[in-house]
Amino acid sequence: MIDALTSAVTINGNEVKLAGQNIGAGIAYGAAAVGPGVGIGIVVGNAITAIARQPEAAGVARTTMFLGIAFTEALALIGFVVAILILFVQ
Amino acid sequence: MTPHLVAGLEFPPIGELLNWKNIAPGGFNKTALIDVLAVVLTVGLFVVGARKRKMVPTGAQNVAESLIDFVNGSIIMETMGEDGLGYLPFILAIFCFVFVCNITEIIPVFQFPADSRMANPLMLALIVWGVYNFTGIKRQGFATYVKNSTVPPGVPGYLVPLVALIEGAQRFLLNPITLAIRLFANMLAGHLLLVTFALMTDALFFHNTVTITKPIGVLPALMELVIMLFEVLIAVLQAFIFAILTGVYLGPSLHPEH
Repeated sequence: MIDALTSAVTINGNEVKLAGQNIGAGIAYGAAAVGPGVGIGIVVGNAITAIARQPEAAGVARTTMFLGIAFTEALALIGFVVAILILFVQ
Repeated sequence: MTPHLVAGLEFPPIGELLNWKNIAPGGFNKTALIDVLAVVLTVGLFVVGARKRKMVPTGAQNVAESLIDFVNGSIIMETMGEDGLGYLPFILAIFCFVFVCNITEIIPVFQFPADSRMANPLMLALIVWGVYNFTGIKRQGFATYVKNSTVPPGVPGYLVPLVALIEGAQRFLLNPITLAIRLFANMLAGHLLLVTFALMTDALFFHNTVTITKPIGVLPALMELVIMLFEVLIAVLQAFIFAILTGVYLGPSLHPEH
């Protein structure tokens, strides 16, 4: 069922380039997602602690939490854009 | 080429997911249609809401009033304070426009968020950039505004060049870029996610050569539904974040002292 196992595969420059692009895009997004994942966890966790301690300040804490998420998440999204650029821009 | 099960998914080139045919002369395509629709819906909502004002609001007036309360209470008062209440129309318009451009992502017939084309968020971000710089220059004068937004108070003298460079780049260059990229990348990621699971369902149900595995196609179909609900949340959240960041960037233009 897998073509690559049954037929002879020719490897030329384009194939190598394609492989490099795919591996690079995977690493770019994967690495970019690690930091923001931890960061958003810390932001939301601390916001929940703040809201639990002072429920009357929930509004301020929530707004600030969304701001923190937005700034942290931007890094992951830039990684996503870079991965898309690597994959689809020749 | 018929995609088969082991080789997995035949994903179309990304241009096919984002480029649309012109439906009217002058490059008027689906993205432009959604933009026009967003303007018409936003203006229409507030015109209809303001036409017959009643003491106890119903229908469109109800929606319009709760939107105004929401933008006033949780965006403007949180980021700019009393001074910023004059910016209600600007921020409300941005919120509604971005929301309609995002929510078309899951609406049948459209199935495409207009904000996943960079032109749309970039133009919005440039408008925001223009407004907050214009406000700052008008309120504080050119030289004071540049000084206030590059040198934070309490920085030791020898660090001023470095800090001024970083803060200046942040305020005048990086803010609009990240504002645009955040919205664009979120919407593009959502669109690709929806397309991936739709294609997976299609491949398993209709292009599957191994008949016994056809029922597996139910799983990506369910996942598609879950992601649709998730994308509603993302659409609202991104519109909210775009509007609140507009407020955050306008804040230092209105009152310089921190």
